[in-house]
Amino acid sequence: MAEVKNKNLWVFVETDEKGNAKSVGLELLTVGRGLADKQGGALVGIVIGNKVDAAIASAAEYGADEVIAVDAPAFEHYSTDAYAKALCTLVEKYGPTTILIGATNNGRDLGPRVSCRLQTGLTADCTALDVDEESGNMAWTRPAFGGNLMATILCPDHRPQMGTVRPGVFKKGEPQTGRTCPVTRETIEIAPDEIRTELLEVINEVAGEVVDLENADIIVSGGRGVGGPEGFAPIRELAEVLGATVGASRAAVDSGWISHAHQVGQTGKTVGPKLYIACGISGAIQHLAGMSSSKVIVAINKDPDAPIFNVADYGVVGDLHVVLPILTEKIKKAKGLA
Amino acid sequence: MKNILVCIKQVPDTTEIRIDPVKKTLIRDGVPSIVNPFDTYALELAARIKDKEPGTKITLICMGPPQAEAALKECLAVGGDKAYLVSGREFGGSDTLATSYIISCAIRKVRELEGDFDIIFCGKQAIDGDTAQVGPEMAEHLGLPQVTYAVEATAEEDRLVVKKETEEGFEMVGVKYPCLITVTKPSFEPRFPTIKAKLAANRAKINVLGAGDLDIDLSRAGLKGSPTKVKKTFTPEVKTTGVKIHEETDEASAEKLFAVLSDNKII
Repeated sequence: MAEVKNKNLWVFVETDEKGNAKSVGLELLTVGRGLADKQGGALVGIVIGNKVDAAIASAAEYGADEVIAVDAPAFEHYSTDAYAKALCTLVEKYGPTTILIGATNNGRDLGPRVSCRLQTGLTADCTALDVDEESGNMAWTRPAFGGNLMATILCPDHRPQMGTVRPGVFKKGEPQTGRTCPVTRETIEIAPDEIRTELLEVINEVAGEVVDLENADIIVSGGRGVGGPEGFAPIRELAEVLGATVGASRAAVDSGWISHAHQVGQTGKTVGPKLYIACGISGAIQHLAGMSSSKVIVAINKDPDAPIFNVADYGVVGDLHVVLPILTEKIKKAKGLA
Repeated sequence: MKNILVCIKQVPDTTEIRIDPVKKTLIRDGVPSIVNPFDTYALELAARIKDKEPGTKITLICMGPPQAEAALKECLAVGGDKAYLVSGREFGGSDTLATSYIISCAIRKVRELEGDFDIIFCGKQAIDGDTAQVGPEMAEHLGLPQVTYAVEATAEEDRLVVKKETEEGFEMVGVKYPCLITVTKPSFEPRFPTIKAKLAANRAKINVLGAGDLDIDLSRAGLKGSPTKVKKTFTPEVKTTGVKIHEETDEASAEKLFAVLSDNKII
């Protein structure tokens, strides 16, 4: 366990290969601002990568009081070994109280490796964060049993207390354009043989199309009710006029109507778009676990008792094959596309 | 020939879990126990390596109560050669750090009996807890490199080539042996056991490892060895503010949906 030296709250601001901050880090800085104030410490952005000036600038614009950066070619591509060494070294040197990490694939790879090395607690995929009034500990709330149950977790006697949060669960605030903050640059030596994995190839296209559900603002999803692969046509058409990404339930993927890259839910992607339109999806708890943090949920389903209506802001009882084409036409007209 | 360990967990089938509408608690009675689906994918990747290199040995390990033997037997029927159940009261109430510590102590013991493992495969996460933490934490305890979110794995002479899922698509990653790989849902379904293999698995011996069999510091196991504590549990709230649209015809419902969404500036 690392020694606590201050009440600071750290946000791991993950970078992409161009050195920009991934959205989830900025979302966590936004929610972290209030938590850091409650904890009585500073909000610190931790930026690791290569040529990361853009990410450092973003961290300041999204409210970081200071940034600690590790900026070197060894960190251009994410590797468990280099990133875990860097983050653990920083924790031991600076001794923060709390660390938030975005639950991207890399974040979920890094978090447990680091928490285990530091012999402390990590709570995965939190959907609510607060400071426990009695004890002053972070109160981490997360779903379990496929979203059937929520649990609030504390890490009372170990520091730093750590948690991961899925992209989209919290919304980014407005950036304070031009705001800057003090930046400390740290050098972490990584010998070539310390990185025990080798990135051989990056394949960024899934069956000819890029499906980026996690960063989508709008998702139009189809389930068993679409009826077959051709049933996705009205869904794709609506997605196109909205600039949305196409998602799917497990039922549609398992039926072979659409590739797994589109799957939303417990065995697929966890998403948090501004608008989620569920078409012909009954709303099994595994699906809800993957999309219930969407800001606005629209459901279209023939079955008035479908559980999807329990989470929907707007629920239409009706046939998606009739409703969607009309909705698409009306949006086209309103946007002056038809 | 590879020496492979596959870690499995027995979990309640979360698709069968219901909430008691009055007490608002989880109804677990009568919920069937299954092998964690991601672990069946992990076993399938191991079995595919064995298909190519028939001398490969697959050992299974599972931590859980005595009835978790059923999960091990199911996996033996699919493709395991040996099975170990890690079981003991001392292990109850463990969070992921304590669980990964206990299993890594058990793996050290099993390694003495079955030889050093080239590859340890785990499911990406278990569907009851969904943390995806135990795999990477075991890798840390054992000092192994890890690759997470694997969907395919090809065993070359001196390295494993893993196809792993990313947000944008896939990466091909090479990793030297020994290594720990966590597996997510691949594009193929895991194989089914034959009847003959099932019968043989039912008769197979499951080796049980208790706290006394392991070189373990019990202060790091169970509730007291767990840094995280559950403060409370509750059932998620149902959204009661939703607007339901159900007009005479679907056409009218569609028109109304458009009107409501544009009035509220959602589209």
